[in-house]
Amino acid sequence: MTATTTTTTVPSPSASSGPSSGPRRRLRLPFSGWHLLLAPLSAVFAIPLIWLVLSSVMSNAEINRFPPALWPSGIDLGGYRYVIGNALFPRWFANSLIVSAVAVVSNLLLGSLGGYAFARMRFAGSRVLLALMLATMAIPFQLTMIPTFLVMKRLGLIDTLGALIVPSLVTPFAVFLLRQFFLSLPRELEEAAWIDGCSRLRVLFLIVLPLSRPALSTVAVLTFLTTWNDLTWPLIAINHDTQYTLQLGLTTFQGLHHTQWSAVMAGNVITVLPVLLAFLFAQKSFIQSITSSALKG
Amino acid sequence: MPRLPTPLTLSDHPRGREAEPTGARAPGAAAPPPRGRATRRRARGEAATAWAFVSPSVLVILGLSVIPVAWSLLLSFQADDLVTPSRWVGLGNYRALVQDPHFSQAVRNTLLYTALYVPLSIGLGLLLALVLNRRIRLVGLYRTLIFVPFVISATAQGVLFSFILDPEFGAANSALHQLGISAQGFLTDPGQALLVLVAISLWSGTGFCVVVTLAALQDVSPSLVEAARLDGAGRWHLLRHVTLPALTPVLVFLVLWQTINALQVFDLVYVTTKGGPLGSTTVIVYFIWEQAFKNFTAGYGAAAAYALALALLVLAVVPRVTRAVRSRAGADDRPEGAAR
Repeated sequence: MTATTTTTTVPSPSASSGPSSGPRRRLRLPFSGWHLLLAPLSAVFAIPLIWLVLSSVMSNAEINRFPPALWPSGIDLGGYRYVIGNALFPRWFANSLIVSAVAVVSNLLLGSLGGYAFARMRFAGSRVLLALMLATMAIPFQLTMIPTFLVMKRLGLIDTLGALIVPSLVTPFAVFLLRQFFLSLPRELEEAAWIDGCSRLRVLFLIVLPLSRPALSTVAVLTFLTTWNDLTWPLIAINHDTQYTLQLGLTTFQGLHHTQWSAVMAGNVITVLPVLLAFLFAQKSFIQSITSSALKG
Repeated sequence: MPRLPTPLTLSDHPRGREAEPTGARAPGAAAPPPRGRATRRRARGEAATAWAFVSPSVLVILGLSVIPVAWSLLLSFQADDLVTPSRWVGLGNYRALVQDPHFSQAVRNTLLYTALYVPLSIGLGLLLALVLNRRIRLVGLYRTLIFVPFVISATAQGVLFSFILDPEFGAANSALHQLGISAQGFLTDPGQALLVLVAISLWSGTGFCVVVTLAALQDVSPSLVEAARLDGAGRWHLLRHVTLPALTPVLVFLVLWQTINALQVFDLVYVTTKGGPLGSTTVIVYFIWEQAFKNFTAGYGAAAAYALALALLVLAVVPRVTRAVRSRAGADDRPEGAAR
């Protein structure tokens, strides 16, 4: 905003030739000095995760002695065996998978339909509707959580996966993001197909969506991340342990098996793994999704 | 539900409206005059299709926001246990809220958490982004390592850190032991618990600030930087007069975003401390949840939720209004600055 002030010059001769060419005090390291700062700092971020994986393959005896071992003496899969053999844990994993998968697919589908109508079609009240939907993004969740619980109770969905799925079927974010993307596409292609007698639905699915891969992947990534990681809503909507999601199950599991840390950590690794794998495989799209949705704000 | 960055730009809206009369928009409705009746019929069919397209989203989104917001307001004037019919108490819940020492403690804890987390995460994020924005090897690896904790759920973070920070079995105390420092209580110590929660949140939340700032840094025009350098600006002046001004919008966004999220922190608290020890980590949302779903005083919880929502609304609206005012005032001189 005050970029104009850059012209107020600072005539210091030493700086004029660029930051990297001072002939004096060049204690040449074989690498950039910044590594000395960055390496330990990023280690701080990495170490808890490394420790998570390490402790999940330790035996309980190793973890529970004092001082605890910092490095496992061998790979002990007892924790994993315990978790997978647990009657409920695989169920929780499946529940989480179902809820997230349904949320992703339905956000893509309903978000595309809604976004396309708002971007390209004219109908009475569309502006008001869009503004209203955008306004709901500003409503904090804790304001709606108590009545949403009551609504779900009236619908008879409490204690079922339905209570988790219905509120996450489509978010205003998905509709709005896809609308913005559709608006940025050239209309000529669509118009040609439209004049040839293609229905709106066919135009959307055959022409628009194949061009919209970046926006669709953003919606998919962010929807998966939020539904998979959510704890608050499952905690409210689900009481019966067969309907738990993985996040909810993990906290309960930790409470019940407080002394079996290797099993808890194995469960934790399993909880984190899907998101972590998705992130590592699609890192670029992950980071782009998050920054692009942030920078537009 | 932790929500991710949401673009709240209505600004393109009036622009769309202006553009409409000028040219061939929506082929159905705004088509040129020759095809009169057919077009009108088509427009009507189009409206029906459009409604079919948007109605599922409208139903879910508005149905699960407008109804609950109104219901919540109603609840806040009632005594409700989520089971038996509720009883009207007027402003009783709000009056009780003002006098409730647990609520004021929750407000204090939340404000302290926010006051620590927001500036630290953004400041740290800015510094790391500035360092990562140079051409050195392994930058991609560093960025990945710093960002990874952000994708991990608050639940998993909470479980992991209650293990690492376990006073008896945890690795943290074991490491401190080797350094000759006495064992700490961490999450079990009322004096430390909230600070530890801030630290955990920084571990997972700084990466977000880093990648957002980094993306904005890469948008800073290289010609502007080059011009300033030719004018003899040193490193510090470059940062002070070129880079930081270019980052201002993003930093404003981050302050808002991080503040809104910090005021709503819940999952991490639930998993690690459940508000304890001695209420030292009871935050507002935890208070609301506890009232509504543990003590079954839903009306009281709804009143607390409304109090928080009002604070958030003020927070979200005030900067936007001031920004709108300021950008209108400064709209004339900006193009000049960019041209230079």
